[in-house]
Amino acid sequence: MSDPVEVKTLIIDEQEVSALRGQTILEVARENDIDIPTLCHLEGLSDVGACRLCLVEIKGSNKLLPACVATVYEGMEVRTNTERLKKHRRMILEMLFAERNHICAVCVSNGHCELQAMGQEQGLTHIRLPYRNPKLTLDASHERFTADHNRCILCMRCVRVCAEIEGAHVWDVMGRGINSVVITDLNDEWGKSTCTRCGKCVQVCPTGALFDKSKIGSDHPKYPDFLPNLKMMREAQ
Amino acid sequence: MSQTITIDPVTRLEGHGKITIYLDDKGEVDNAQFHVTQVRGFEKFCEGRPFYEMPSLTARICGICPVSHLLASAKACEAIMSVRIPYTAAQLRRLLNLAQMVQSHALSFFHLSSPDLLLGMESDPVKRNIFGVAAARPDLGLAGIGLRRFGQHIIELLGTKRIHTGWVVPGGVTEPLTMAHRDEMLAMLPDAYANLEKALVAYKQIADTFKPEIEVFANFPTNYLGLINDDESIEFTDGALRLIDPQGAIIEDGITARRFTEVIGEAVENFSYTKFVYYKPLGYPEGSYRVGPLARLNIVKSMGMPKADKELAEFKQISAGPVESSFHYHHARLVEAMYGIEKIEQILNDPQILDKHVRATAGVNRLEGAGQIEAPRGTLNHHYKVDENGKMTWASLVVATGHNNNAMNRGVLQAARRYVKDGKFSEGALNRVEAVIRTFDPCLSCSTHAFGQMPLAMTLVSADGEVMDQVVR
Repeated sequence: MSDPVEVKTLIIDEQEVSALRGQTILEVARENDIDIPTLCHLEGLSDVGACRLCLVEIKGSNKLLPACVATVYEGMEVRTNTERLKKHRRMILEMLFAERNHICAVCVSNGHCELQAMGQEQGLTHIRLPYRNPKLTLDASHERFTADHNRCILCMRCVRVCAEIEGAHVWDVMGRGINSVVITDLNDEWGKSTCTRCGKCVQVCPTGALFDKSKIGSDHPKYPDFLPNLKMMREAQ
Repeated sequence: MSQTITIDPVTRLEGHGKITIYLDDKGEVDNAQFHVTQVRGFEKFCEGRPFYEMPSLTARICGICPVSHLLASAKACEAIMSVRIPYTAAQLRRLLNLAQMVQSHALSFFHLSSPDLLLGMESDPVKRNIFGVAAARPDLGLAGIGLRRFGQHIIELLGTKRIHTGWVVPGGVTEPLTMAHRDEMLAMLPDAYANLEKALVAYKQIADTFKPEIEVFANFPTNYLGLINDDESIEFTDGALRLIDPQGAIIEDGITARRFTEVIGEAVENFSYTKFVYYKPLGYPEGSYRVGPLARLNIVKSMGMPKADKELAEFKQISAGPVESSFHYHHARLVEAMYGIEKIEQILNDPQILDKHVRATAGVNRLEGAGQIEAPRGTLNHHYKVDENGKMTWASLVVATGHNNNAMNRGVLQAARRYVKDGKFSEGALNRVEAVIRTFDPCLSCSTHAFGQMPLAMTLVSADGEVMDQVVR
């Protein structure tokens, strides 16, 4: 039997808030100006819980839950910023930096990178883990864009925006675990793929993994804000 | 019993190097070598990166002259793209290069070499640095800092940051110059002229007291290489290379970046990670030559700017033919700095300098390209090969220090023979051997430099490996 009550009341960081049934903790927190850090979440796309930065503590449970996909329930008590969570978030970021080759100084996204900004925001000063320095490929075959897997954090925003918004589903993920990489079509070169050249994946990529060739050397800010508007306009049709 | 004297590290240089002096059984200098002890690997690890990233990657070679690498790299990229950059972009880049020339020459003269020149080669090593200069001659200390700031601030106004600016891109520059920034630069000029005048006056007053050093500071005939304009005036950013012989006669003219590898080769010696660059038709080491301020002034007929031309005429009085002692690099640097300031003024007053069209775009139109410019310390050439997607498959960077390597080694030997006698060496003598290297203002790595605070260890080692003597300062 489905829950007939539409409105839920819960506590986030000692603040009493109300939410609609089915809303995620992240949605409710942001509605109430409570900041929960995220990298893979993007307004306008479905959530996959890939980056784990939005993990929160729930009273009565030892498990940490990703706020972007965990839905609210009546009487829920959520803590978003405990020392334990901060420690985990820093560790997650350190692992992201150590996993591939993130060289901010020469990156096209330097100064506009969500990973870089998140590191600063979370007080990251050192990477205590050994860098893996993997030898990864760079796909420069596309006329307008480049994919540099050295800088990819596997947030899968590109995969989701291409499938859900553009409807092309050119991007997908190949491999498992640490060996996963995003690919175009069936691992064809981007320039020879069925890409529609819309550029949405570039705009939503949080790092310099996907970038516009014409922006090299310049400031390369990205504008993912088009997404919620685009989605809203489509739903209105 | 033969011995070895090691100077490690050589201080007040940009980068890390050391000198080894080998003594024979009689305690006389047998040989001397200047070693560059770092491996950087830029040519190799750039492979696989997109070519348009090369300016920002190679700029990281150096914190003193990143502009040189930015410009040489951008020009190589433009050869790959087959584009001609807009006029204003070319002028703005020229402005950037001149600003760097002035700041780097100020650094070399004031911060690195003036302690030797103003305080004396034998002066207390503890005070023999820019702070010692500032204490003894506050006017000159401030002039040096002011002149360096002048150059650095122009770089910052053009490219938003002083070091490793992303403003230079293949095809031009990212942003045009604003009127406010142009006016700010123009307002700095009177101080820059005044500061440089102080340096010129001070140098000319003391130059004669260094006659013994002038005689043995890499004072020998060599060939000289540098960029030159069609009208035989000095050029740092465009033009083509000219090579002259020890008498000043042209060996080869019009060496463009594209032809560079046809005529210039690199030899390897097992004691240094820096290659030895030479002119192929003459072979190695006969085809060695010098580059940098001394070479450039020996090659050109004019500076094309009134004050600098006056200084050039005075410089050319030193010798009937090419000026041979590397000690005169110091003087040449000041003449070039004068040209730099005058030319900056001229460019800033160019009516087209505020034009908004500063970037050309293109994809990969050639699979190979090269670019060359004059860095403060000499000719710099970048040569790239790419695949059809523009990914680097091969890179070769020939830097000023490589061109000068043979002359630096010969210069160290010449000075060591004069100053190290009977197996004995004084601190002042060893400082002179180091000072020979400093005249060239080499860019060894060139990511670090010191003011003389770095420990300098000198070791005398006998043939059987026993440490005979050790001095640490």
